Amino acid sequence: MLTVYYSFFEWNLLKPGSFKFAWLENYAALITNSSIRVAIWNTVLLTLCVIGISVVLGLAVAMLLNSDVFGKGFMRTLMIAPFLIMPTAGALVWKDTLLNPLFGLLPYLLTPFGLSRVDWVNQFPMVTVVAVEVWRWTPFMMLIILAGLQSQNPEVLEAARVDGASAFQAFRRITLPLARPFIELGALLGSLFVVQTYDSIFMLTYGGPGEDTTNIPFLLYLVAFQGYNIGQASAIGVVAVIMTTIVATFALRTLFSIFQIEARR
Amino acid sequence: MKEATTSLRSKLTWSIVGWLIVFVFFFPVLWMWLEAFKTEPQAASTPPTIFFAPTLEEFQEVLSGDFPPFFINSAIASVVSTFLVLALGLPAAYALAIRPVKRAQDALFFFISTRFLPFAASLVPLYLLARDLQLLDNILALILIYTTINLPLGVWLLRSFLLEIPHDLFEAARVDGAGFRHEILQIVVPLIAPGLAATSLICLIFSWNEFFYAVNFTSSVAATAPIFLVSFISGRGLFYAKLAAAATLASLPVLLAGWIAQKQLIRGLTMGAVK
Repeated sequence: MLTVYYSFFEWNLLKPGSFKFAWLENYAALITNSSIRVAIWNTVLLTLCVIGISVVLGLAVAMLLNSDVFGKGFMRTLMIAPFLIMPTAGALVWKDTLLNPLFGLLPYLLTPFGLSRVDWVNQFPMVTVVAVEVWRWTPFMMLIILAGLQSQNPEVLEAARVDGASAFQAFRRITLPLARPFIELGALLGSLFVVQTYDSIFMLTYGGPGEDTTNIPFLLYLVAFQGYNIGQASAIGVVAVIMTTIVATFALRTLFSIFQIEARR
Repeated sequence: MKEATTSLRSKLTWSIVGWLIVFVFFFPVLWMWLEAFKTEPQAASTPPTIFFAPTLEEFQEVLSGDFPPFFINSAIASVVSTFLVLALGLPAAYALAIRPVKRAQDALFFFISTRFLPFAASLVPLYLLARDLQLLDNILALILIYTTINLPLGVWLLRSFLLEIPHDLFEAARVDGAGFRHEILQIVVPLIAPGLAATSLICLIFSWNEFFYAVNFTSSVAATAPIFLVSFISGRGLFYAKLAAAATLASLPVLLAGWIAQKQLIRGLTMGAVK
């Protein structure tokens, strides 16, 4: 089964290449070009940071919403808003009304801490992009992990507490192992999307300053539509496919294991 | 009695913690709404204006300006492509789930693997194709692209819902002499209504918010709502209220749809794996 699945990826891999006749030249150019290395590094860095932080935050919020608190449903409703907001709109609101050093709200709020005139977007571009993406993807993680937590039997936790397990022990030994497939699924599906981040980079930093926030999709856009280098853009596309294929393989495996868990119930 | 008090106190503490976190996450959205109801000087003032008389001025400005065509393009692209996904995806899902065709499993893998193909990889060939077919800056190109992007997910999702229908039901219908059309319309469609809702919602979200193809394939005639927002990118504090109003309007359809169908949202986002 896996072989068939891989074979399709082989086919996809060749597709962008087959449009070109001299595609090996493009690969040679890629290896010598420093932009692609920077872009790969930025993509990996962005994806790891965003997924890591949003999974931890998402798990925390999901556990809060799964416990006995006031207004759970309403909390969840408000919480998923960042994920539903159009990414371009969200990035714009962050950039101009919240982070702008002259008129934004955050610099004003941070004045007492001596951070009044920090130009977040230009001074800490990667931090800004990561923050906006974490804001967007935490609700996604929260939704998936919460669904996982809710599918558990609360009596198991109850029994553990009766047996004298501490809250931390119960979390490590019961909640975490049971939620693990859902955390994995969220992280993997999330990375498939975050690897493709384009909207917020376009709106927030336009890949800059310099190449500081240029990731693979953005580099491809620059090469194809600013440089009109179609051949090289295609080669970058293949790099993107390779990167996603690695993540997708794990994602599919997790997806099927969850289907099996659901089927057993 | 004492235990009840401690448990109430802990409930209260965690509720406050939870609401604080939720507030932080929701705040940018709230701030966008607040800014949208201000006048321009209020929106860009330092210190920020917190108490103000809400005005619909900026919404009127945006709606009477050049925003509506963008909004309509978005609506056409996402609604038509969603409809196409349902129309093409349902028979395909049926063939995979109810009456498995030969090598259904392979076909399924093929479907889902195309969903994992990064947008970036297909941008160049699709662009060249659209250029040769004279479809650049044509809403038809976006409709076709969104349909192809969402179709694998649609087939996969619909299949997961179809698999839940007990097989006996089809047997019974066939014994009663129900034709294929009858089987689809009278049995399948009503039973997987939630599945159709989940699929449409996910397709709608992805195509409404899509930016990568929209910005590269359209320029003026067929440009969608996110492209309109790009024009605010150089805002220097003069157009905050207008920006916020436009962002609010552009985000509204998906926000409302997602809020209304939260349960379908989870199932759709996890490709049917999580109920």
